[in-house]
Amino acid sequence: MFAELLQYLFAGLTSGAIYALAGLGFAIIYNASHVINFAQGEFIMIGGMATSMMVAAGLPLPLAIALAVVVTMMVGVALEKFAIEPARNSDVVTIIIITIGASIFLRGLAQVVWDKEFHSLPAFSGETPINVAGATLMPQSIWVVGISVLVIVALWWFFNRTLFGKAMLATSFNRLAAQLMGIGVKKVLMVSFALSALLGAVGGIVVTPITFTNYEAGIMLGLKGFSAAVLGGLGNGLGAIVGGLVVGIAEALASGYLSSAYKDAVAFVIILFVLFFLPNGLFGKKGTDRV
Amino acid sequence: MWKTARIGGLAALATILALAPLGFPNAYFYDVAVKALFNAVVCVGLNLLIGYAGQISLGHAGFFALGAYGSAILTSTYKVAPLPAMLISAAAVGLLAYLVGRPILKLKGHYLAMATLGIGIIIHIVLKTEARITGGPDGMSVDPFSLMGFTMMGDRMWYWAAAGLLVLTVWLSLNLIDSPVGRALRAVHGSEVGAEVVGVDTSSYKVMVFVVSAVFASLVGSLFAHKDGFITPDIGSFFRSVEFVVMVVLGGMASTFGSVIGAVILTLLPQVLTFVEDYEAMVLGGIMMGMMIFLPKGLLPAVVSQFRKRGAAR
Repeated sequence: MFAELLQYLFAGLTSGAIYALAGLGFAIIYNASHVINFAQGEFIMIGGMATSMMVAAGLPLPLAIALAVVVTMMVGVALEKFAIEPARNSDVVTIIIITIGASIFLRGLAQVVWDKEFHSLPAFSGETPINVAGATLMPQSIWVVGISVLVIVALWWFFNRTLFGKAMLATSFNRLAAQLMGIGVKKVLMVSFALSALLGAVGGIVVTPITFTNYEAGIMLGLKGFSAAVLGGLGNGLGAIVGGLVVGIAEALASGYLSSAYKDAVAFVIILFVLFFLPNGLFGKKGTDRV
Repeated sequence: MWKTARIGGLAALATILALAPLGFPNAYFYDVAVKALFNAVVCVGLNLLIGYAGQISLGHAGFFALGAYGSAILTSTYKVAPLPAMLISAAAVGLLAYLVGRPILKLKGHYLAMATLGIGIIIHIVLKTEARITGGPDGMSVDPFSLMGFTMMGDRMWYWAAAGLLVLTVWLSLNLIDSPVGRALRAVHGSEVGAEVVGVDTSSYKVMVFVVSAVFASLVGSLFAHKDGFITPDIGSFFRSVEFVVMVVLGGMASTFGSVIGAVILTLLPQVLTFVEDYEAMVLGGIMMGMMIFLPKGLLPAVVSQFRKRGAAR
């Protein structure tokens, strides 16, 4: 009974960590530019696919990971430079369509450059399950959660302890004021896309040994990351992490106790329910309208 | 002047629809044309919501799919005649849109996008999972549309029906836009708070137009099911919802004829792009991005303003 629950919690924490990283990616870009980047899921896919392709080509795993992260970040920067930057002053709907167009483009690209098959990676440290109070824990799950925590701590340090991180925070609070203080707002925008791509790539790489990946793997992961970000309140980093974990754990519990067929629907049911009562998410600030 | 422009536009649309079949060498062209017209009807409805009321929906394919499956299930499992089946489905979809629309249309911007996206995805997953009723991912077959002993058969007949439906929808939409309701909607788009201050009941207008656009999608979904004879849950996928929005925005937001043009272009695009085979997704994504970057106001408004500029220069 307890072992079963623990088992579901392990599964929920593992996928929740990935949703949290994706949600943070949405939050960082949203803060820098008020853009919702629907191609966030494709960063996750590119990270996983690039690594597994390079490992298959004979590269050692650490090198493949490093290269895949760099490739994904370059894709993120290119996306900002060539698709978001030229449309800076467009409507919300227009920019949503641009990023959705980008996600379709990147999926198409992955399909052409690589293939349509499923790919995997070897687990980072063996596949011997660890027994915890009757539940089995895969070593890779520890990697997923551990690396996610590391990345989140590093991000916290970046935003609160480095000058550029603080400049990015300042820009998210008041863009114009930040610009007047001499902050290069364009650079902030570019770095925000690079960081989000990094988060996506890391998530995609650590989870690939468990879930496998293919060119379409980013769609659902991205949409669930978006629900994690909205659940926590758009632009709230901590909210996105909590949102990701809530979505991941709820999903695991629902598929364990209720029906595994509706696993993918759980995130969206939760988000609708929360938005019915809290229109700005769990921790979102209430906005004011100007006429 | 506005009135003559409206009648002129309708007449032009009717003429084009009447003459277009002269250029159709075979049934395949009729088939694609019917798809384009169906999409156009959905988009004219959706444009009321996106273009005029300024509210986004990333879940309209869900309503389309519910209409299709409602008709399919009622006619095949419960032996209801197609017309009442279509109306019952549309009424049910309208009720659903009303119930979910009331709380979610209070949301703004990205939160609304998320909520509508969620509704669409939940509908898609339900259709895929409840295999006993819907046939699951394999889909289900649907009987042809018949009314009082007369059965709709063949792409030609469907073309004329769809063309008639489109003209009717455009006429309804133009009238709605030019009515007090339309002015209220535009006020909501301009500034919601401002509209409220001058006495517009913004939330009920938003819900109304959401319901109207959902019912349009449902009706077309029903017709599509009867016409195609076979439906799968993927007609309600997130990608289809996105496609509808792109059609509206591509043609030009807040332009009824723009929505028609957007729907036609985006329906034809994959047919034209088959020669690029594996590169289709890349080209489609690239075109979506390029159009929105270079013509953020949409095709028709861009063309119209070009003409105006030239006229002024002369």
